[in-house]
Amino acid sequence: MKLSVEQWPAAYGEDAKPRKGFFTDTSICIGCKACEVACKEWNQVPPEIEGFSGHSYDNSRSLGANRWRHVAFIEQRLPADTNEGASLVQAAERGAAVDAGLASYQEGEGMRWLMASDVCKHCTHAACLEVCPTGALFRTEFGTVVVQEDVCNGCGYCVPACPFGVIDQREDDGRVWKCTLCYDRLKDDMEPACAHACPTDSIQFGDLGELRERADARVQRLRSEGQDRAHLYLADSDDGVGGAGAFFLLLDEPEVYGLPPDPVDPVRDLGSIWTATAAAAVALGVGLAAAIVGGRK
Amino acid sequence: MGSNMAEQHPVGFQWVIEAKERGAKVFHVDPRFTRTSAMADRHVPIRSGSDIAFLGGIVNYILERGEWFEDYVRHYTNGPVVVGRDFRDAEDAAGLFSGWNENDQRYDIESWAYDQTEPETAGGKREQRSEVSGEQAHGAHGMKLEQGDPPHVDFSMEHERCVLQILKRHFARYTPQVVSELCGCSESDFLAVAEALCANSGRERTSAIVYAVGWTQHTVGVQNIRAASIVQLLLGNIGRPGGGILALRGHANIQGSTDIPTLYNILPGYIPMPHPQEHPTLETFIELNGPSTGAWGNLGNYMVSLLKAWWGDAATAENDYCFDYLPRINGDHSHYAMMLKMLDGGVKGMFCVGQNPTVGSANSKLIRQALAKLDWLVVRDFQPTETGMFWSDSPEHESGEVRAQDIQTEVFFLPAAAHTEKEGCFTNTQRLLQWREKACDPPGDARSELHWIYHLGCKVREKLANSNDPKDRPILDLTWEYPLEGVHREPDADEVLKEIGGHGPGRACLPSYDELKDDGSTSCGSWIHAGIYADGVNQAARRRPGREQNWIAPEWGWAWPKNVRILYNRASADPEGSPWSERKRYVWWDSEEGKWTGLGDSPDFPPDKAPDYRPDSDATALDAISGDKPFIILSDGRGWLFAPTGLMDGPLPSHYEPQESPVVNPLYPQQRNPVRQTYDRDQNRYHPVPGQGGEAVFPFVLTTYRLTEHHTAGGMSRTVPYLAELQPEFFCEVSPQLASERELEHGGWATIVTARNAIEARVLVTERIRPLPVGGHPARPVHMVGVPYHWGGRGIVTGDSGNELLPLVLDANVHINEYKAATCDIRPGRRPRGRQRLSLVADYRRRAGIDR
Amino acid sequence: MSQSDGAASPARVSQRDDAASPTPAGERGPVSYHGQPVLKEPVWSWEIPCYLFTGGLAGASAGVAYGAGVRGWETLSRRAWLTASAAIAVSPPLLISDLGRPERFFNMLRVFKVTSPMSVGSWILSLSGATISVAAFHDWTGRLPRPAAVARPLAAVSGLALSTYTAALLTNTAVPVWHEARRTLPFVFGAGAAVSAGGACAAATPVDCAGGARRLAIGAAAAELAVTQLMERRLQMHEEVYRSGRAALFSRVSRGCLVAGAALMGARGAASRRAAVAAGALLCAGGLATRWSVFEAGKQSAADPRYVVEPQRRRLDG
Repeated sequence: MKLSVEQWPAAYGEDAKPRKGFFTDTSICIGCKACEVACKEWNQVPPEIEGFSGHSYDNSRSLGANRWRHVAFIEQRLPADTNEGASLVQAAERGAAVDAGLASYQEGEGMRWLMASDVCKHCTHAACLEVCPTGALFRTEFGTVVVQEDVCNGCGYCVPACPFGVIDQREDDGRVWKCTLCYDRLKDDMEPACAHACPTDSIQFGDLGELRERADARVQRLRSEGQDRAHLYLADSDDGVGGAGAFFLLLDEPEVYGLPPDPVDPVRDLGSIWTATAAAAVALGVGLAAAIVGGRK
Repeated sequence: MGSNMAEQHPVGFQWVIEAKERGAKVFHVDPRFTRTSAMADRHVPIRSGSDIAFLGGIVNYILERGEWFEDYVRHYTNGPVVVGRDFRDAEDAAGLFSGWNENDQRYDIESWAYDQTEPETAGGKREQRSEVSGEQAHGAHGMKLEQGDPPHVDFSMEHERCVLQILKRHFARYTPQVVSELCGCSESDFLAVAEALCANSGRERTSAIVYAVGWTQHTVGVQNIRAASIVQLLLGNIGRPGGGILALRGHANIQGSTDIPTLYNILPGYIPMPHPQEHPTLETFIELNGPSTGAWGNLGNYMVSLLKAWWGDAATAENDYCFDYLPRINGDHSHYAMMLKMLDGGVKGMFCVGQNPTVGSANSKLIRQALAKLDWLVVRDFQPTETGMFWSDSPEHESGEVRAQDIQTEVFFLPAAAHTEKEGCFTNTQRLLQWREKACDPPGDARSELHWIYHLGCKVREKLANSNDPKDRPILDLTWEYPLEGVHREPDADEVLKEIGGHGPGRACLPSYDELKDDGSTSCGSWIHAGIYADGVNQAARRRPGREQNWIAPEWGWAWPKNVRILYNRASADPEGSPWSERKRYVWWDSEEGKWTGLGDSPDFPPDKAPDYRPDSDATALDAISGDKPFIILSDGRGWLFAPTGLMDGPLPSHYEPQESPVVNPLYPQQRNPVRQTYDRDQNRYHPVPGQGGEAVFPFVLTTYRLTEHHTAGGMSRTVPYLAELQPEFFCEVSPQLASERELEHGGWATIVTARNAIEARVLVTERIRPLPVGGHPARPVHMVGVPYHWGGRGIVTGDSGNELLPLVLDANVHINEYKAATCDIRPGRRPRGRQRLSLVADYRRRAGIDR
Repeated sequence: MSQSDGAASPARVSQRDDAASPTPAGERGPVSYHGQPVLKEPVWSWEIPCYLFTGGLAGASAGVAYGAGVRGWETLSRRAWLTASAAIAVSPPLLISDLGRPERFFNMLRVFKVTSPMSVGSWILSLSGATISVAAFHDWTGRLPRPAAVARPLAAVSGLALSTYTAALLTNTAVPVWHEARRTLPFVFGAGAAVSAGGACAAATPVDCAGGARRLAIGAAAAELAVTQLMERRLQMHEEVYRSGRAALFSRVSRGCLVAGAALMGARGAASRRAAVAAGALLCAGGLATRWSVFEAGKQSAADPRYVVEPQRRRLDG
């Protein structure tokens, strides 16, 4: 059984617009966090000073009600350059020399510092939207997923429903907040604030189809240059969330960036959930009947 | 090198990313692995303060392997010029050049001159005075030359005293092995950089070097840049597209504030400030400061036009165009010299405008002690900064050394308008001026700088209106009329720009500095900016999108001089005027039209001077420069591999260790730059020199820097919640090895100690900081403690300031402090409070033997 | 906005200390971003596990009441309607307390979305609430006979839904330990509802009239223990969530209460009202503890990135 509230673009009829999205190319993210600041400035998101984290240069930690863009920083040691044909013993010796500060680390192994700006994925099958009991979360004419702040009831159901841990409640009155893909700006033919502020075009905004083509070309080029772990994340319409409006080019596995490697819209299983629930209800009825009907007073 | 471009210039860095996308190779040579390194093809770590050794190694590599661009070097640089017989290189004299005066600790530069010439020095004094800058000390911009050509040139470049041969000898010992042992990088890393630079230079290709304050903030800051100039001139990478040395400035519009200076020793357009004894008249000033050949040969035009801009009709030929009205320079009034004078009670009051020296300047405690000696202090800023509140709120108040009631300085706080609340220009690193409009009015009492200085001037003029005292004439005679707008009577910035851009008779706007005259008929507030209001149009306000022009985009903003986008671009063509290659063509000679033409940039050359032009014997100024000499600002029209004048510390860069270093200079007995400016006094003690005992007390290299998330001393970012939350606490960065050696806990606290102060910081243990192997057989690891300096006691997020740790020690040429390399100790835990903090520092001083 | 206290952070940092020893690239292991959760923990507070219990109690009690009524066991039926109405009466206040404002509960009824078990549940709760109220009202006052005749069977049927839909509510999320239990959790909740209804009704009814309730309680307790066991075993790696932290604590309490309650009910429930009351209380406590254990397991499961990443990684790697 497949249950769905997909109403886009059909529900908008002629008012439907091409689906908009973000392509975040993390290979050229310089970690400047301009996206975080621009987002907060434009959307008047409250500040949240959480103190020194020790998580590399990331002190804002994760996406949440008060952080709709978040830049992750991952420091990695890279193994010795195998092109130079070093044996394992040589590599180990060099590694020891590097650790003792007696050799430059490029001789032993290099560093990689990954940076990536995360954001709401605006999933094709958006669990947050599907489980919302009030319709506060809705799909816009641009195919994006937006919370209507005046309708949100604060039930918090969307919070555990999101397979990416994006949407969250604010402590004040419990309503939930997340990236709107700058719905207000889109209506005025402006690009979202984060993409506008991004100096290196790591965050690209546009029509989803075009973005995916661009991303395909980009990932192919990176792979041809030896970045063999470069891949697109959430660009596949057949994945567990039906592909996302905001997809990413990653240089390592998604979990390294704090992203689930194979996210699934939990509502995809709703058919079996309701079936099991109905079966349990029937079983309960049978049990009750057995206890009452099948005995003495 | 010396730049963390991705972090400090993220917007400009988009072009590096774009170049990379087009196949450019990016190398980052830097002590730290930064966000720039993360984006580079290769990061090469070097020890802080070893840049000249690295660059010198590249020079040696080029010369030894014959990789230099032969025709470029021969025709466009002073490589073939023969230097006088008396010159002795630092190689031959233990690290000192000829002319060293041990008593004065200065150089007499006479022996550095080209053969058969004399270096021009101000007022005839050849010994340089460190009170003023190098340029100042011996005449701006070059020596006197007949016909703009050095008398003794050997185009075969084989004469043993010609510059190229001197270079070869000077850098011969900068071998890859020496570079590796001195800088702490691997030989293969060094060679990768050298090979890539050479492979990507020449007729078909060019390479650029980008630097920032990582080079300037050293006791050898100017020579760091000189070393890069030598590399780029040898490889033919100056004046050509894709080449150059790009100086990224410390923050927005610093370029503008040196062009139209907020500096004590120059006038607009890099004209030197007159000296009281040596420049009694305008004539002597021009004669002594302007070489007769090259663009400075027209100094008289520039100077008289400047005086006319300032004093208008009051400036006449009879009164030397009010030359006497100009202030005279009588010593070193640079930032730190002023602070020390203040500390000694020699300064009564200070305007502190958009600066927060108690956080941003070295040895913050000394700065606060100096401020406390002022009678009055005016602070103009967005917020009451640490500087503005130094009298009530400082580490010394916490330690009990100072009480607010004991500080007599009267402090005035004036709220300032932000850049969005006023109109005017920003000048970026490539001399591009971009006009920006005002977005909204400043709130409350906040006003623009222009408003403040204009109305302050009006008030002073009102008070002096009835004065007959001649000393008040310079103020009363100033041209001080600008249209006022709005309820706050804001002066019209556009009119100021018009004044800067210059006008001729009938107030017609000038097209370029070529039109300036020394007869009083033209007026121009800054000769290099002449033409910025050409045709009566604010050229800086042009915003024709790049997609509607070619890639040079000459109609976006305006670049000084003459809207030239690449300086010395005559060098993009060969001596005959043809492009060096089709791929790299940019500006070339059109013999049919008889003028320089090109892809769209303005030629930085007289537009109709043919390549085969040779000057007459009596030619002066630009006319004295041949048609094949692109470096028109210099008196010989050549790029200077060897600097016969202009520098306090030698005609060639040599590796000297920083003032504080854990390493003995392996190249010369002369450990440090001999002419660096030191101030060894109780508030500013230096750490011991290695090898003399006591140096083990401060065993680690200390370097300071900034983060993308904050702006300089934090007044504009620690007070803004959206920025403050991104880097909320002061931290230091150490390697895992140092952390384990000193038992520093990741995420915990550490105390960093120098002879100046002790501060505490959260600890970020990171592989990005690595101990570097220094010295050979066996190498020993040199550890580094990295400290971003943005924090202070005020704002939404607070912390100790990194600059508390640093001593005052300056580059003698430009008086810039050595912020990038010092030594320190680091220990786990928070620093002691109250007077115990003082005891800790005193204890370290005692152990190091510097508690005299 | 609050600036975090400097002293509080280091502990947090040292737990998530991977900046000091970055993960080597190219090695696959239990990888996370600085040890941080991938998912957001459910934001619900104590009211929700309480409601999971009261809803089940009300729903199943309505079934008991209806069944007893059909059998003509007036006393048990009456006490069961009373139990159901009491349990249903506290349910909306619990939800409202979690939502923050009363009108927010009514906002839930502005739409009906089958993809949102919370929406469906709001309607079920409303229907149950109305029908149980009418039935109980009639039962005690004798008024509204006709509506009550319609309400009673409806209350019984909607009660079955009320007892089990909450499992759909939890399993229709990304929380691994919940979602992976989607085929078994409804049975756990159904059994739990029967246990608490049986226990409560047995306690509320004189022993000689409570045979049906006792049978239900004992049988359901056995069923709950069995299906819980089944659920946990089928959770595979997620089972360890129930072996740690507060989830484990409540799980142990639950098992203990159920075994003790069922044993006591079986041994002495028919003889002593006092024993029946004690047994009923133990069984209710057991039912509540089961819900609480499931609730806490959800939080723990969402907080640990391993539970999100590892199964997904295994799925990808085949």
